[in-house]
Amino acid sequence: MSDKINITINGLPVKVNKNLTILEAAELEGIRIPTLCYHKDLCVAGNCRVCVVELIGQKRLSAACATPCEEGMEILTNSLKVRNSRKHIIELLLSEHNADCTKCYRNGNCELQELASEYKIMTQDFLELVPFKNYTIDNFSPSIIKDDSKCIRCQRCVRTCAELQGVNALTVSHKGDQMKITTFFEKHMNEVICTSCGQCVNHCPTGALVEKNYIEEVWEVITDPKKHVIVQTAPAVRVGLGEEMGLKPGTRVTGKMVAALKRLGFDSVLDTDFTADLTIMEEGTELLTRLKKALVDKDENVRLPLTTSCSPGWIKYIEHMYPEYLENVSTCKSPQQMFGALAKTYYAKARRLDPENIVSVSIMPCTAKKYEAARPEMYDSGYRDVDYVLTTREMAILIKQAGLDFNKLEPVKFDRLMGESTGAGVIFGATGGVMEAALRTAYEIVTGREVPFDNLNITPVRGLEGVREATIKIEKPVKEWAFLDGIELKCAVAHGLANARKVMDAVKSGKADYHFIEIMACPGGCLGGGGQPIPTNPEIRKKRAEAIYAEDGDMPIRKSHMNPEITKIYKDFLKEPLGEISHHLLHTKYIKRERY
Amino acid sequence: MANSYLLKRADFIFRNENDWEQILSNSIKKKPQALINELISSELKGRGGAGFPTGLKWKLAAEAKSDVKYIICNADEGEPGTFKDREILSKVPFKVLTAMAVCGYITGARQGYIYLRGEYKFLEDELNKVIDEFEYYCKEIKLDFKIDVFMGSGAYICGEETALMESMEGYRGEPRNKPPFPTLEGYEGKPTVINNVETLAHAYTIFKEGAKKFYDLGVQYSRGTKLFSVSGDTPKPGIYELELGMSLQDFVYEFGDGDTKAVQVGGASGFLVPRKKFKDAAIGYQGKLTGISLPTGGSMMLFNSSRSMYNVLDNYLEFFREESCGQCTPCRVGCQQLLLGIKAVKRGEKPASYLEKLLRLTETMQYTAKCGLGQSVANSFSSIVENFREEMIY
Repeated sequence: MSDKINITINGLPVKVNKNLTILEAAELEGIRIPTLCYHKDLCVAGNCRVCVVELIGQKRLSAACATPCEEGMEILTNSLKVRNSRKHIIELLLSEHNADCTKCYRNGNCELQELASEYKIMTQDFLELVPFKNYTIDNFSPSIIKDDSKCIRCQRCVRTCAELQGVNALTVSHKGDQMKITTFFEKHMNEVICTSCGQCVNHCPTGALVEKNYIEEVWEVITDPKKHVIVQTAPAVRVGLGEEMGLKPGTRVTGKMVAALKRLGFDSVLDTDFTADLTIMEEGTELLTRLKKALVDKDENVRLPLTTSCSPGWIKYIEHMYPEYLENVSTCKSPQQMFGALAKTYYAKARRLDPENIVSVSIMPCTAKKYEAARPEMYDSGYRDVDYVLTTREMAILIKQAGLDFNKLEPVKFDRLMGESTGAGVIFGATGGVMEAALRTAYEIVTGREVPFDNLNITPVRGLEGVREATIKIEKPVKEWAFLDGIELKCAVAHGLANARKVMDAVKSGKADYHFIEIMACPGGCLGGGGQPIPTNPEIRKKRAEAIYAEDGDMPIRKSHMNPEITKIYKDFLKEPLGEISHHLLHTKYIKRERY
Repeated sequence: MANSYLLKRADFIFRNENDWEQILSNSIKKKPQALINELISSELKGRGGAGFPTGLKWKLAAEAKSDVKYIICNADEGEPGTFKDREILSKVPFKVLTAMAVCGYITGARQGYIYLRGEYKFLEDELNKVIDEFEYYCKEIKLDFKIDVFMGSGAYICGEETALMESMEGYRGEPRNKPPFPTLEGYEGKPTVINNVETLAHAYTIFKEGAKKFYDLGVQYSRGTKLFSVSGDTPKPGIYELELGMSLQDFVYEFGDGDTKAVQVGGASGFLVPRKKFKDAAIGYQGKLTGISLPTGGSMMLFNSSRSMYNVLDNYLEFFREESCGQCTPCRVGCQQLLLGIKAVKRGEKPASYLEKLLRLTETMQYTAKCGLGQSVANSFSSIVENFREEMIY
């Protein structure tokens, strides 16, 4: 039996695989059917109706995204009936939409705007519906602004929040003309279980959900001569920024990015990868200490598995959803916050600057980082540790506003102090990266040998599978860690909060006996973060991941503990991992939060 | 021939000979295939309004491969102007339960549900008592079939079969994409037969009287009888069982008040027929008798000359604007535009020619809306605007 069926698309006979939708079949044949509510990351909704096509013999049109191909189907994707209907639908969406494009943050990168332009909707005959509604803008969240007047009810955000993230902070309420996307009891975004991950922003086709931007504030401090403005850039930014600059997904632009930031006027351009390495030292030590307490001291109060704490979306999620497991979370601050705390202490001291005059800016692939920086716990330097967080997208705006021709910039290296990093720090940007970096260091500390993987690439923890597990057997450890001899270190990696839930439920039910779990809130890890360039989809994230691992492979040093700046900071300032200064500056605590 | 057709009353549905136990036990002695053939040859079509052949629906569900299947009785009677299902469930509930059980026997389903309209809460207790008695008898004759009542919450859209299933599963009542159809993937993703209350009552008649008796009533393509909920400007509102195929002329002759200006056939989602077209309009499913043929869920609203057709349309559109589930663009935004559009024309803020733009919009809604709700707004809109254009403008 053949798995192929015969159909015609716009009169051309083609053979396609069974089980394809009309949209997928047309795409394979090089015919684009416009879509709005469809997204490759999400389940099919079929509610915007923009993708309607005509099936010969049927009076009604069919949604291409939701209709499977059948033998003998004769499909017209651009008949007059299709065109007229599609145009009507775009007009209807525009009539309901606050189409004041010039004042919209997504102007120039809006799927509705593109469609309106493609179909040359030059007049608006239908009545404007926006004045009939009482829209207010929800800008209470430090990360996300929700403007219902720009919402086209495609429910991509709702499906993102439910399917990818398992958070369900956004949902549909009311019906008919009152139907809208809202939160539990229509509370503000900062009062609900929203993790600020920003995946809704990344998946919104219009400007209804956008990040809260701090572009003007940053311009102001950059141009203030009294301020010493330092900037840190997260590992995933360097593999995403290129897309905003017209380059192909997966283009590595580290050097150009540094050059651009210097040209923008930052006083020092530094690397979050440095504190990623530092995180490995602190978190790795924490893991080994917990293992020792559990195995040697038989301390029953030690909580295992240890989970990572780099992802602020994950932190907010576990605070709401599994507060009984907060003690399992590493007390390490995220690399961003370690960097912030050190910037106004270690860095200030070394550079003989008054921390009062230091402004610390970070460029993150993330919207939750904005929320994290604003947490009351994050003032350990005596000041707000990180003053402004910009997303990759916001940085691109700065570069464009400054009129820089990005592609002509000559690559430049990061400044020092706190600019040296390793391949281990870079891979923090991909799901599995923290795990891999931690294993590279911890295994070597324990055994005195490198991890037993070809070229240090711990492939079992790599990839884009939602949950991955790996076991590493510890053999012949050095004397100090002799108690770990023969232990199989069980690890799990999850990305996307829906997968985090799977892992946590397995832990909760006792089905899983992991020692160490890495969780990243966003699909693909930080490289698929809510602050990364739009669009996102599995192919784009795959390209970015390849770039991250290529970046790692090209680094001269690939293990965190070999970073000379790490050695230096412990010698000059921190003394030892989990020491007193570390405890004060680099570690934090978490808060139990209600779900409602 | 059709012109001389006379209004024929019938009395099957509400004639209660209390013989359901016998009908049930006799039916399950027959082969499922024989029962399906009986139903197919009766040419019974769904009485909710869409008119899908009932025998074919049961056949498809019977052929679907699954250990678990469901039978759902759609009692979410929400179409404005219909009130027949309420009467069936209060007067002859056993007929409906029996037909569900036979359907269960045919398809292999062991569980039935009655999705009861939220506003019919007062029927729930009585219905549950009847179900207890019914299930007791099923046990006695060793028929493994249970029925539960599921209360709706009052949304019109939940009468749409897939929205109804979403609602039963605990989700928002939003229609699903089709295919897959419920006979393959329905409630909980299992093959499901979902029938209107009246359809099941007619199936009972067919199992009792045989297909021929049913088939001999009505006209080609529209066999059997149908309950009509008659309301509006009529001296005798109520529920009437009539043979299908009658002309609207005869209907108005019988039920009108002598001043009938128009009849809305099929509720808000149906068509308005003006006086001058009564003669040509026949009530049935498809195929032309002498002129237009109108499928109907049984709602017949009569309007006399004191009624403003603008107000009638305004009322319907307000209903649709509120009762659209809101998920698909053509229905959610379209209904708002139609309502605000006719208001703007009436106030002179839009030219009369804007009505043509709105008519084209209803065409788009008909082609592109996700479910029957949005698709059928065009029916009342176009039939009212085209026939009473003056009333829309002045």
